[in-house]
Amino acid sequence: MNKFKENAFKSVTYIASLFTILFLFGIIASIFLEGLPLFNFVKIKDFIFNTAWHPTHDPPDFGILSLIIGSLYVTLGALIIALPLGLGSAIYISEIASPRGREILKPIIELLAGIPSVVYGLFGMTFLSPMMIKVFGIPTGLNVFSASIILGIMVVPIISSLSEDALSTVPKNLREASFALGANKWETIIKVVVPASKSGILSSVMLGFGRAVGETMVILMVAGGAAQIPSNIFQPVRPMPATIAAEMGETVIGSPHFHALFGIAIVLFLITFLSILITEFFINRKKSQ
Amino acid sequence: MNIRKIKAFIGVNVLRLFIAITFIFLLVFLYVIFAKGGKMISWEFLTQSPRRFMTEGGIYPAIVGTFWLTILSIGFALPLGVLTAIFLTSYAKPAWLVRIVRVAINTLAGVPSIIYGLFGLTVFVQLFKFDVSILSGTLTLGVLAMPMIINASEEAIKSVPRDFREASLALGATERQTILRVILPTALPNILTGTIISIGRVAGETAPILFTAATFYTRLRPTSVFDEVMVLPDHIYALMTEGSHAAKQMPIAYGTAVVLLALVLFVSGVAIIIRYKIRKKRKW
Repeated sequence: MNKFKENAFKSVTYIASLFTILFLFGIIASIFLEGLPLFNFVKIKDFIFNTAWHPTHDPPDFGILSLIIGSLYVTLGALIIALPLGLGSAIYISEIASPRGREILKPIIELLAGIPSVVYGLFGMTFLSPMMIKVFGIPTGLNVFSASIILGIMVVPIISSLSEDALSTVPKNLREASFALGANKWETIIKVVVPASKSGILSSVMLGFGRAVGETMVILMVAGGAAQIPSNIFQPVRPMPATIAAEMGETVIGSPHFHALFGIAIVLFLITFLSILITEFFINRKKSQ
Repeated sequence: MNIRKIKAFIGVNVLRLFIAITFIFLLVFLYVIFAKGGKMISWEFLTQSPRRFMTEGGIYPAIVGTFWLTILSIGFALPLGVLTAIFLTSYAKPAWLVRIVRVAINTLAGVPSIIYGLFGLTVFVQLFKFDVSILSGTLTLGVLAMPMIINASEEAIKSVPRDFREASLALGATERQTILRVILPTALPNILTGTIISIGRVAGETAPILFTAATFYTRLRPTSVFDEVMVLPDHIYALMTEGSHAAKQMPIAYGTAVVLLALVLFVSGVAIIIRYKIRKKRKW
């Protein structure tokens, strides 16, 4: 009887963990099953490398290059903003702040991570965008630059908390050896601690990349929504997640446009999956060192 | 002052500047939201339905919708997540299965929320024929919350000292008894704080329920899990992008944002304080 209970409980935990695989499989299957039928209408090459996205024209154009480039622009912009802010905060919290300062700063960064993206979107639409128009004298404030700023702030907590974990695992004796050689605090940080935690920092950046490239509400509300390759950072773009979110509600289920939106989801999934693999690679490299 | 000292001085202050920029942005952000939305908050706003095409009235149905979606999806994800964490920490065999489960969890954690929305649309709304409903939204959000809850639970279980487990096993308790009576009760407070933080995240998610649960406007309170609902985050988005009275809708959007933000910050704040207290009290 007892043996039976043991095995029953054990089996339940196994079954529960199989659900994670089932869910992932379900996600992959659903986007591929609904996305692949598109290629009965459009060649894969044209889908990826054509820049014209006119899904409602007759005949429609399903080229997503400008959407991919839009995604990469805002993501890159977000990382340019988030990397110094996030890594800077991490180094400050881990190496310079007093224990008391650390206990105050860490939870605030964590609270920042919990702010709903739609509220950031509202802020970007109604506050940041009018401000951009006034400051830079540009026709629209909903553009690559605005979206990058807000996305960047959203990525700061990810880079900050993971980099801080990486910095805090650097052994104490490395720091002490550096001090003993006559280096001051700053030199120790820049030449010893940061290089020693390079893998962890890089994996935090990759995770931030994955988060930024897939974030939907902010870019839907702040990136402007024009499917074009921008010639400067003050032009609107239509990144991939925004296209899916904006158009899924208006399309007929089963139409080429419907399948094309799932096709975008496949591309988006592959990009995030690649970023996850690279993250894993950095983490494993750190472990094997 | 030699050159090394100057470099160090500049470097440390640049770091201070970076952290200050982050906090100034956060303060401006919170100030704008609360200053513009705070004056909308009244008893009527919280307890009444929207009127006149979303230009008047309150957001009560959206509060109710967010409440149910969040509670139900966590109720779905919590048992599955904790059991998976037990598998990963206590049984963890065979190694290849552990590896696959870990890859699945990490990938699920990184999948963009809009893809969760498409998954919910194809599987729950269309395949299972749940339609756009609380049930579809709950399941979609539940799957999204699972990796968060698994990671939090795993951390919590790992922080239980090995001695506890070994002492229990040495007293003749079985593996199952050790897990259920020693390890889980010890890890429970940390599992719960992790769960509360996930509640905050789930309550603010917009994209996954855009096509699976949310509707722009309903006067009715949901009567079953097959009804579609209004929810706070999607209500903000809808007010900013749909309807034809932008000037009248914007203040309501701000008011809704204040309610959502206050809810999420309150919930996460509670979790952070509880965790801080647990850490102080812990004797091992």
